[in-house]
Amino acid sequence: MVSVLMFRALVVGVPLGVTFVDCFGYVARVEGVSMQPALNPDTGITSDFVFLSRWRSRSFAYQRGDMVSLVSPKDPNQKIIKRIIALEGDLVATLGYKRRLVRVPEGHCWVEGDHTGHSLDSNFFGPVALGLVTARAEQIVWPPQRWQHLERRLPEERVPLNLRTASTKSGSIADVFDDSEE
Amino acid sequence: MTSRLYRHLGKWLGVAGYMVQYGCIAHCTLEFVGDFVVCKGPSMEPTIFSEDIILTEHITPRFNRINRGDVIIARSPSNPRHHICKRVVALGGDKVKNGFHTHIVPKGHVWLEGDNNHNSTDSRSFGSVPAGLIRGRAVCRVWPLSELGALAPTPSWHVPR
Repeated sequence: MVSVLMFRALVVGVPLGVTFVDCFGYVARVEGVSMQPALNPDTGITSDFVFLSRWRSRSFAYQRGDMVSLVSPKDPNQKIIKRIIALEGDLVATLGYKRRLVRVPEGHCWVEGDHTGHSLDSNFFGPVALGLVTARAEQIVWPPQRWQHLERRLPEERVPLNLRTASTKSGSIADVFDDSEE
Repeated sequence: MTSRLYRHLGKWLGVAGYMVQYGCIAHCTLEFVGDFVVCKGPSMEPTIFSEDIILTEHITPRFNRINRGDVIIARSPSNPRHHICKRVVALGGDKVKNGFHTHIVPKGHVWLEGDNNHNSTDSRSFGSVPAGLIRGRAVCRVWPLSELGALAPTPSWHVPR
């Protein structure tokens, strides 16, 4: 009798839970230093846990500056968390890639870790197909003192070349967010 | 009066509960177990024709058990909202001859080609595809009923490398 109840609870609970996680989001532990200082600023002491939102992941409506989790192009079993620097059509000045300038192909994006030099990102494996991006990191949820919303932020020196205004050499971030929804 | 209202409310909540429950089961099945795919386009002829419906399973790609010769459905590298149906010709580490060049397929990537050599946009134009884009593996054809059954294996012109 008890096993039948447990079985029924599983049959009801597992699809519900899995659908919830697949449609809304889940919490994941962040390892590594590639996103310092935004994530894991104290090396080795505590790892940040972030909430990864899958709510708008189906439409692939990501924007420059979003921190996203994606399937690694080098290993389909591994997920990495990086920031989207450029979208399709943008011209990127790379840092250590085989070509100095890259035009991001259709359906692809350019991702970089915030901690330049300590990150395995597009500067290593090139533009990444948007189909590999799985979720957007919205919030740091643990440890409690690091509870914060993760803002859409594009470092001034990494703004794609085609979006920099002629007036400022380092680039104007306001132009980048002209078509943002929020 | 209110007790009748509560009874009706309870009944409708029960119905809603069942709908959510079965909706979740359906979502999980279609997302993680398998689904039916309507193929469009001539790129897999004569193995698969346009408007054929094939049954795909989503378990093998998740465990990285895709082999050379499998027909797979993947997200298109040039548009994540579209899917492509091609055959896996080579896995990571294999060498592929494309015209005059010989590519080495990078680790974690696959080389896809349509069976219809002359009318297929595949890895010969957009290069190796990350294995993370593969969504499902074709199991068999279910429509048209006259052609029901397993798909043809690798055509003879896909030379093993």
